[in-house]
Amino acid sequence: MTGPTFLRLDNIHKRFGAVVANAGVTLDVEQGEIHALLGENGAGKSVAMNILAGVLSPSEGRILIRGEPIRLGSPRDAIRHGIGMVHQHFMLVPNLTVAENYILGQGTPARLIRDMGEVHRRIEALSARYGLDVRPDAIVETLTVGQQQRVEILKALYHGVELLILDEPTAVLTPQETERLLVLMRGLVADGKTIVFISHKLDEVMAVSDRISVMRDARVVDTVRAADTTPRELARKMVGRDVLMELPRRPSHEGRVVLAVEGLTCRDEGGLPAVRDVSFEVRAGEIVGVAGVSGNGQTELSLALAGLLPVDAGRVVLDGRDVTGFSPAEMSRLGVANVPEDRHRMGIVLPFTLAENVILQRSGDPAFSRGGLLRRGAITEATAEILRRFRVKPLDPDAVIGSLSGGNQQKLVVGRELARNPGFMLINQLTRGIDIGAMEIVMQEVLKARDAGAAILLVSTELEELFSVADRILVMCGGELIGEVPPERGRIEEIGLMMGGKRLDAIEPAA
Amino acid sequence: MTAVPLAGADGLAARNSRRLASLVRAIVLPAAAVVIALACGALLLYATGFDGAALFRVMLVDSFADTRSIGETLLKAIPLILIGAGLCVAFRCGIWNIGAEGQLYAGAIAATLVGTSLHGLPPALHITLVIIAGALAGAFWAGIAGALRVAFGASEIVTTIMLNYVALFLTSWLVTGPMKDAGAAYPQSARLAREAWMPRIIPETRLHLGILVALALAGLLYVFLFRMGAGYRVRVVGTSADAARYAGMNVGRNMLLAICISGAMAGLAGAFEVAGVTRRLYQSISPGYGFEGIAVALLAGNNPLGAIASGGLFAALRSGSELLQINEQVPQVLVQVIQGIVILLVVAFGVLGARLRLRR
Amino acid sequence: MDDILNLGLVAATLGASWRLATPLIFAALGEVFAERAGVLNIGIEGMMLTGAFTGFAAAFASGSVPLGLLAGILGGMAIGLVFAVFTVTVKANQIVVGAAINLLGMGLTAFLFRTFYVSTGLGVEIAQPIAIPFLSDLPVIGAALFRQNAIVYATIPLTFLVWVVLFRTSFGLTLRAVGEHPKSVAVVGRSVAAYRYGAILIGAAFAGLGGAFLTLGHSNQFVENITSGRGFIALAVVVFARWSPVGAFFVALLFGLFYAVQLQLQAQPQLGVPYQLFQALPYVMTIIVLVLVRSRRGAPKMLGVAYDG
Repeated sequence: MTGPTFLRLDNIHKRFGAVVANAGVTLDVEQGEIHALLGENGAGKSVAMNILAGVLSPSEGRILIRGEPIRLGSPRDAIRHGIGMVHQHFMLVPNLTVAENYILGQGTPARLIRDMGEVHRRIEALSARYGLDVRPDAIVETLTVGQQQRVEILKALYHGVELLILDEPTAVLTPQETERLLVLMRGLVADGKTIVFISHKLDEVMAVSDRISVMRDARVVDTVRAADTTPRELARKMVGRDVLMELPRRPSHEGRVVLAVEGLTCRDEGGLPAVRDVSFEVRAGEIVGVAGVSGNGQTELSLALAGLLPVDAGRVVLDGRDVTGFSPAEMSRLGVANVPEDRHRMGIVLPFTLAENVILQRSGDPAFSRGGLLRRGAITEATAEILRRFRVKPLDPDAVIGSLSGGNQQKLVVGRELARNPGFMLINQLTRGIDIGAMEIVMQEVLKARDAGAAILLVSTELEELFSVADRILVMCGGELIGEVPPERGRIEEIGLMMGGKRLDAIEPAA
Repeated sequence: MTAVPLAGADGLAARNSRRLASLVRAIVLPAAAVVIALACGALLLYATGFDGAALFRVMLVDSFADTRSIGETLLKAIPLILIGAGLCVAFRCGIWNIGAEGQLYAGAIAATLVGTSLHGLPPALHITLVIIAGALAGAFWAGIAGALRVAFGASEIVTTIMLNYVALFLTSWLVTGPMKDAGAAYPQSARLAREAWMPRIIPETRLHLGILVALALAGLLYVFLFRMGAGYRVRVVGTSADAARYAGMNVGRNMLLAICISGAMAGLAGAFEVAGVTRRLYQSISPGYGFEGIAVALLAGNNPLGAIASGGLFAALRSGSELLQINEQVPQVLVQVIQGIVILLVVAFGVLGARLRLRR
Repeated sequence: MDDILNLGLVAATLGASWRLATPLIFAALGEVFAERAGVLNIGIEGMMLTGAFTGFAAAFASGSVPLGLLAGILGGMAIGLVFAVFTVTVKANQIVVGAAINLLGMGLTAFLFRTFYVSTGLGVEIAQPIAIPFLSDLPVIGAALFRQNAIVYATIPLTFLVWVVLFRTSFGLTLRAVGEHPKSVAVVGRSVAAYRYGAILIGAAFAGLGGAFLTLGHSNQFVENITSGRGFIALAVVVFARWSPVGAFFVALLFGLFYAVQLQLQAQPQLGVPYQLFQALPYVMTIIVLVLVRSRRGAPKMLGVAYDG
């Protein structure tokens, strides 16, 4: 049951330098409701909620609780007013216990920590009350992502939070874990709590919310009852036009096998088993998608294929040649392109210019270097070519890449990789964190490369991305390939079960 | 393919404003840092009962008063430019080589060995051998720390500093023991063969050919870093080791290359000190040029061409401080204080400048 | 060789180890504080030198060792404050600022010493050995180990104190969190910057104390560059000790042993080995230690990274 207005954001503005993140956000949250805040990347949802949680302070505007204006100078003030937030990136110290995380920053600094028994008892009681399996003495880094999320939610409850803000809580969960979270949210609301739930996924928003506010261009454009709307209408409000995620595409014309992976097994950077006995093929002219919840071995699979992680067992065969254990340089020379998952860490060098980023793998290539000296004219020309083709803004090879938006950075990376006319292309997260315009361009260009005969492996945690471009989808869970499905939206439930570890043969065939 | 004009008027304006901004970053801010640091030095002099204005007078006027003074100032600029330009390469690669002082000593030892043990060679050949020996020894000494970093992850900050001490003790042992000039009461090596002396280029001064070598090498390192593929890779490794690995670069090999280049430059500086200035190896052949080189590189924004200017500036400061010590009994270590302040201000301005740009 | 190995000499060497380890113990404890909060302070050498000088100057003026120690601590903290302002508030590179602090510490102390003290040639009264009842009467080791000055004894309670503060107080819990995941501290309303200032200043106080020990508990004079690399050796001690205060105590003791053995061997001209070889021992051992400790396990995740919040 929802009640009277609990909280009101009144005309909130927030600017970061020239960037306007919130331009007059007004939002009412009623007592005891689940209120979804829906919007694209960069619409300003997280900023608004960080203001509400006291992490950021607004440039203008008021926050009212039960009609009374309040001032939130810090997250502690917010918690005092009963507002707590579970951030997308958890605010848990990995090498401390759950209980230590709960008492972090509480009380006077000089306080001696002697007896944690009372803290442990309170955590256990709360955990039992909401049916969570949170152990107070567990070290956080030993817990799964789903468990850590429950630890975070319980932390807010431990601190007496009445209004719980969840920032993209399902991004890191399997569909089944998501289901469990949605049940927990219902339970919390039944217990009298209020929840604001940030998401960009229409179906889960429709499934769990009482009311939905849509944000676009730093404003709340509409608030509707979930019962009175449709996903299609929400999508239109969110994007501001009809969504076209159905890219025109030709049927794939599968050719010879370009990449064959046989029984690949490897460990992650910390030495733990990450990929177990994975086998598949990618043919010329097809895009093979790899779906899975993040942290199930996809990252390591792509790193191993790029030569960045040692292979413990199995073979990687490229164009009939055994390339197992080849270095990144050798893979690159064999025409393997790679769009890495973590753009900022690997794909680009932030303080360098666009032109300097274009030659990242090819500074020794005769096209760009003669007698050890870089051929600046040729480099500028090649960069300009990419900038024009991908409509990168600014159209200036000497601009520093760190000053570009995520979308423009990704366009440059994809353009750079495609410019090498790769026979095989490895992509991990094609459209993460980029705007719709950039999304369309990179997807279209990748499809063009496929049509031209490239073999492409696309690892993604976004099913939408896979549905849009992949020709078939492999599902990974726990480092293993669970099975293969065609990229049909109708089979999302099946994919979800597989992402959670259920094998294809164990799933009842859809009626 | 014809080049299509890339950017219109807007792009041109953006490029011009970027040039202006980089000019401000490269010249105005460092100059401000130096002026403020000198003012702090002058204040320190006033506070301790000396004549503060004398600092500016000796540095700006007396260091350049006559041919002899200019010669002495430029003579001091040789090791500073060499070491500073070399450290630009290491710092650009993210390698914190704090051991140029030890590498200078290693170079000086090797140069002395070659300079004292061979006789009767043509001067050009002998000098070349001395120089090469110095550079190789410096590169080797730095390479130890580099190899330990690459192979074992041992922090080069600590190992290069430890190797400074080891090089000093080694020198001390050599000049009191195996290399000691038999006839001398003072611990020093024998004199280098005449053919191994660096030719002096301005009469009445000790300024030797090394200044031209230093200028040429600074220019060469600039070309290396900003115009060559190998230097580009060094910079990528220093800016983002992950991106370098992803792009197929050998991070360890690039680090080793960068630290060896900086070591070779320091070793060369050591060789020039014995072959061009002292003609012998002493226990205290360097007044701290190796540490001063850090300030030279940072003030230059890790640009080897900039190291020519900042090396010259610190050389003037050093000549000036010598005069201050002689004329006004001001302890010469004042130089270190000023250098410390310059480094603090340069990094602070760098960070604040970057933050301002982001905010705009 | 028999005389080198006799028991009395061993005991004397152990006693000397503890004494020679004392400045390293303080410096390493201070560095543990800073690094646990994510601050890589390579400027301890400069902070120790400052403490050595201010301690000497205060004792010179007042004739009091405790006042000198206090001045040493305050001197270390004063230059530590400069380090904190530039690394935490300005967010400049910690390594570069540390290098600048070393130059400043070296330059300023040498400048002031030459200007005001070098001509006097006078030393100060230093802390006197205190015999611990019973323990100092033990045969052989008693006199060697338990007739030290109070500063040497203080290493034990202070090590314990650092352990308690880091692992048994709310302050220490938060400080360690700052070094691992600073944002988690910021979202509970604690200032990451304030904790880093605190960690740096406490670390600098320890470094200053370690420096002051050199002039007030070891030698009775300030000498230019009297620390001769101990601040850098402390960095290696902390790595070897895996960022544990108790570990730092024992690793520093080990280095104290290297110093003591080095001094013993230098006094044995009949060995026919140049003394410079022995002098180099602690420095070479530091390199070897860094090579042996390959794993970075236990290192604070945010070590050396400025917090942008």
